Amino acid sequence: MTQVFKRSANTLSRFSIYGFAFFVIAMGAVIYAVNKSPYLTDVNVIRDQPVPFSHKHHAGELGIDCRYCHTSVEESSFAGLPPTATCMTCHSRIWTNAQMLEPVRASYRSGKSIEWTRVNAVPDFVYFNHSIHLKKGVGCPTCHGPVAEMPLTWRANTMQMQWCIDCHREPERYVRPRDQVFRSDYHPPADQLALGRRLVKEYKIQKLTNCSTCHR
Amino acid sequence: MLRNVAGIVCVAARPLRPLRSSRPLRFSRRFLSRALAPGAAVVCALLLGACRQDMQVQPKILPLAESQFFEDGRSARPVVAGTVARGQLRTDELLFTGKSNGADAVQFPFAITRQDLERGRERYNIYCSLCHGASGDGQGMIVQRGFPPPPSYHIDRLRQAPAGHFFDVITNGYGTMFSYASRVNPQDRWRIVAYIRALQLSQNGALADVPVAERQTLAGGAQ
Ligand code: HEC
Ligand code: HEC
Ligand code: HEC
Ligand code: HEC
Ligand code: HEC
Ligand code: HEC
Repeated sequence: MTQVFKRSANTLSRFSIYGFAFFVIAMGAVIYAVNKSPYLTDVNVIRDQPVPFSHKHHAGELGIDCRYCHTSVEESSFAGLPPTATCMTCHSRIWTNAQMLEPVRASYRSGKSIEWTRVNAVPDFVYFNHSIHLKKGVGCPTCHGPVAEMPLTWRANTMQMQWCIDCHREPERYVRPRDQVFRSDYHPPADQLALGRRLVKEYKIQKLTNCSTCHR
Repeated sequence: MLRNVAGIVCVAARPLRPLRSSRPLRFSRRFLSRALAPGAAVVCALLLGACRQDMQVQPKILPLAESQFFEDGRSARPVVAGTVARGQLRTDELLFTGKSNGADAVQFPFAITRQDLERGRERYNIYCSLCHGASGDGQGMIVQRGFPPPPSYHIDRLRQAPAGHFFDVITNGYGTMFSYASRVNPQDRWRIVAYIRALQLSQNGALADVPVAERQTLAGGAQ
């Protein structure tokens, strides 16, 4: 009886078995890398805005509190963006001739909103709420990075599920005293874990990893 | 971009799947079919995984999102005239307007506790200290950058002014100063007023005003 397969089939079959395993692993690695890359997560990608509004200038150098503009952040799920009138509390009198502020003045005159480009977002099937995080001692920079040093805003964290869960599992690694939540110049102490454990007890922070916390 | 491409590939790949299972595989070499079929399945699965589902962008309105439906492009709608939200039935003239019998009130609508003062200080430092300065001298950061300076709180006219006047300034604005009514609720406005009163006292205090128990700490601080 003649051989169905030639001898070379041995090599080929071995090649295909190992090759397939390699292919699967390589694909996995590529998917993982793409998933974590700024291409998909938008991390560190600077967005063009209709007005080149600088947090570095306003929040950093002038020291304006976040809540002067993001008024609803303490009471609601939504941090809120400032209406044009908020810009005009100051810009009605300073930098009144600056060309870059023309869209702000035009918006104030016409009553049409300025259309800011969204920087941070979670998909619609995720429920997120700012107020609870601030009440339990999670600071703005923990999630948004050094906003007070950003000339234009970018996203500092992936906002992916793993990132949320990392903190929800071990909040003691990130929390800070409540009165430091809005401060950009806060540095965690060397013994963050000790402080964290104390605060977790004091603020009664739960470890919310149940799916229905965020997917409701 | 990648997602769109993957999406198109997904849609294109979908009709192929039933076809393939109903037709016998034509590869004469078994190893080839063994290697390719699972490979193709994995590629398809990976591409399908990149497809966006409708849950990602649901037909619901998120805060401040734009709207194609309304003429002004805003999804947030103005309140219908005459609407009264819960807790907003403004029957308490003193609490909501700072006036009693039409004149600026001298009294506060509720008793001010230590917590109220602390809250007032916090709100003052967020919304007012930028221009009026942390001590109320009218030399805040924005004034140093060229904003017309407001009067110091420690001039006689403002020391004599009734509490209701301060409330009215926060609510309706005053000259070049805008209204802060949309950002500071009435209760907090009164707390800010109480804190301004405390600032005014602090700038004209004497050692005799300080409780005996606290004097020691003051003397220590001054050295
Ligand atoms: C003078 C007003 C003002 C102050 C003060 C301010 N912001 Fe903003 N913020 C804005 C405006 C306007 C935008 C929208 C434009 C942009 O994204 O840069 C914005 C956007 C943001 C965004 C991105 C929103 C998005 O699109 O996802 C974050 C995060 C943010 N601010 C955080 C902060 C933090 C933290 C502070 C305090 C340190 C702060 N802001 C202080 C006005 C302000
Ligand atoms: C509390 C006062 C205040 C508010 C509120 C404010 N600004 Fe400014 N802004 C300033 C000051 C002061 C300067 C000038 C800074 C300087 O002189 O160094 C400035 C400068 C600017 C500049 C040009 C300078 C630069 O390089 O950034 C832009 C653009 C600007 N502001 C946009 C905005 C927008 C948009 C808003 C509303 C979201 C806003 N500002 C709200 C005080 C304010
Ligand atoms: C636990 C992490 C976390 C903290 C702490 C946090 N944010 Fe956010 N922020 C987010 C996420 C997630 C989004 C996107 C929300 C969405 O898409 O609905 C967001 C969105 C925003 C936006 C865009 C408007 C909005 O609400 O969707 C602004 C402005 C903002 N944050 C400001 C702040 C400020 C100011 C603080 C501090 C007082 C702060 N954030 C603290 C996670 C955080
Ligand atoms: C740096 C830490 C940290 C990060 C990052 C974080 N959280 Fe939280 N989250 C907390 C803490 C602390 C609480 C409060 C737990 C409690 O109630 O005791 C909380 C509570 C919540 C709640 C409960 C609110 C309620 O009303 O029940 C939701 C929902 C939530 N987080 C969603 C998210 C989502 C979605 C993300 C990611 C986009 C996220 N969180 C990222 C720390 C974090
Ligand atoms: C702390 C909040 C949080 C909790 C708890 C949580 N998720 Fe998520 N989940 C998210 C966020 C945020 C995203 C969006 C990720 C993104 O934008 O890529 C997400 C996305 C998902 C997705 C879609 C993945 C994708 O790429 O489209 C699935 C499926 C999911 N979660 C399942 C679960 C399950 C199952 C659990 C319980 C074991 C769970 N989640 C618990 C925050 C959470
Ligand atoms: C953007 C700068 C700015 C901010 C912020 C600001 N003010 Fe003023 N304020 C002014 C200016 C300028 C005047 C002087 C107006 C005039 O005389 O035309 C003034 C005047 C006043 C006066 C004196 C009115 C009189 O009878 O002379 C009071 C009281 C006052 N402000 C209270 C407040 C309080 C309370 C806050 C915080 C909620 C605040 N201001 C925030 C700029 C500001």
